[in-house]
Amino acid sequence: MTLTALAITAMIKVIVIISVALLGVAYSTYLERRLLGILQHRIGPIYAGPYGLLQPIADAVKLIFKEDFIPDNVERVTYTLAPVIMFIPALLTFAVIPVGDTITIMGHEIELVISDLNIGILYVFAITSLGVYGIVLAGWSSGSKYSLLGGIRSSAQMISYEIAYGLSIIGVVLLAGTLSLQELVAQQESFFSWYVFRQPVAFILFVVCAVAETNRAPFDLPEAEAELVAGYLTEYSSMKYAMFFMGEYANMLAVSSVATTIFLGGWQGPFLPPVLWFVIKVFLCMCVYIWIRATLPRFRYDQLMNFGWKVLFPLALLNTMVTALIKVL
Amino acid sequence: MIPIAHYLILGGLLFAIGAVGVIVSRNLIVMFMSIELMLNAANLAIIAFSRSLNLMDGHVFVFLIMAVAAAEAAVGLAIIIAIFRNRETINADKFNLLRR
Amino acid sequence: MLEVVIFYLSALIAIGGAVLMIAQRNPVASVLYLIVSLAAQAVLYIQLSALFVGALLIIVYAGAILVLFLFVIMLLNLRGEHFEGQDQKVGRITKYVLSGLFFIELVIIVRQLAIPARTDIVSAQTATDFGGVEPVAELLYTKYLFPFELTSVLLLVAVVGAVVMARREKSEKQGGV
Repeated sequence: MTLTALAITAMIKVIVIISVALLGVAYSTYLERRLLGILQHRIGPIYAGPYGLLQPIADAVKLIFKEDFIPDNVERVTYTLAPVIMFIPALLTFAVIPVGDTITIMGHEIELVISDLNIGILYVFAITSLGVYGIVLAGWSSGSKYSLLGGIRSSAQMISYEIAYGLSIIGVVLLAGTLSLQELVAQQESFFSWYVFRQPVAFILFVVCAVAETNRAPFDLPEAEAELVAGYLTEYSSMKYAMFFMGEYANMLAVSSVATTIFLGGWQGPFLPPVLWFVIKVFLCMCVYIWIRATLPRFRYDQLMNFGWKVLFPLALLNTMVTALIKVL
Repeated sequence: MIPIAHYLILGGLLFAIGAVGVIVSRNLIVMFMSIELMLNAANLAIIAFSRSLNLMDGHVFVFLIMAVAAAEAAVGLAIIIAIFRNRETINADKFNLLRR
Repeated sequence: MLEVVIFYLSALIAIGGAVLMIAQRNPVASVLYLIVSLAAQAVLYIQLSALFVGALLIIVYAGAILVLFLFVIMLLNLRGEHFEGQDQKVGRITKYVLSGLFFIELVIIVRQLAIPARTDIVSAQTATDFGGVEPVAELLYTKYLFPFELTSVLLLVAVVGAVVMARREKSEKQGGV
């Protein structure tokens, strides 16, 4: 393939994946409200369009036309930048996620991944670790006590859970012997070679830490509306507020995609086309996210810290050690 | 191709900026960040040498330096918190208890 | 051509970020500029085909160390502190003279360095996985095993030290954040 053709296919891939991701973000909000409604024996949004399918658009329109109010005592630059910093890393994660098998169009073989880095997993971790800055800066720059508390809580929480998050993957990496996500998917061809079955403890750890990393219930301490008046979101309105929400859902989607790729066999699956399998698995992960939110009450702050450091972290270390031992023996 | 000297000059510049930061700044946290910058400037030079000599050993050095930097940051920030608790400031010029 | 552009752009961003970092009065802004500078340096690492170390730079610095800095700044709430105009004039002048001297010294050193200016940075026989995880790990666990193990001891000492330093006295112990 020539250089121009490469550049063009790369551009197309980037555009397609980003638009699909944005669409996914929009409809995740719908999914969340609808599923939460069903889980709580109510209906959820149904009036905008058939089955309420136009609800995300209506929400977006409403938020855009709201007044973009900036309080007096905020640090303007960081205040404006924070929602963007929250949103961009989540989108960047999709750059290394393989969404399907290699396909052939007009004699060109095209891999359905924007860039198959051979340090893919490290890249994912580097990018997700940047997500915390959005919340921390929002909390700090808002010039409000509630926001500041939300920011401090979230930075402590993210530092604590990132360790177990990273360690949970080490077990998989030890078994796989590669950091490339494409190769990882290739290794999970048959159903029972999925890493969920080979590394069940790692999977559970990953799920718990991922929920904490994305600040979702029951770990949504930074925005706990009951005690912190929505935490770092308190001073935000209009598009900036919407941006935070998009960031949160984009993070959920990104983490679901990573979980699918690492543990659930990625695009592998029988009968249906690979891309469809990938979408189905990510969709199920999102449903689990919402299910967890509907089921579990919020942690208290000290419980959260104790759980992270005294349960998850040792468990992750133990899992790594046992995996290494098994690998050696 | 970029000659290795350019990377070294860049590393040197960053190191100098870091050193100036340590000398000029009175904010303990900024001084501390300047030290981190100096460590990274050295790392950049090591990586450049590693590439030009085609030896991977430099990467190991950088890895170890990063571990040391992390340890240093943990202890240093703990010291800053302890100082702040006693003196209610992190202005380096205010810590002149021994001079009086 | 592209590589030259990337190099000079990253170098400019790295230096600009560093200068702005030490010029800022607001510590949070300083942290942000340091992140910008480090990100540019990570790009340079990757350009030097040090993929693993480049990713590590972002994970360790941007992901952990600087979040810790931000955390401490927020914990101490250092927003309102002013640092100017509190020291004697002589001290201030000495500072700038010293740093100027340091700059000049550095320029002299760089000019005297016996580096052949036209050495191409890429050698022909570079292995394809140069800078990958595997070769670094191999060196780490064979040739440099002892320093590597020592690092773990150092980290342990640092953890214990940090906990001891930052712990409150028992009498004034309070709840969490």
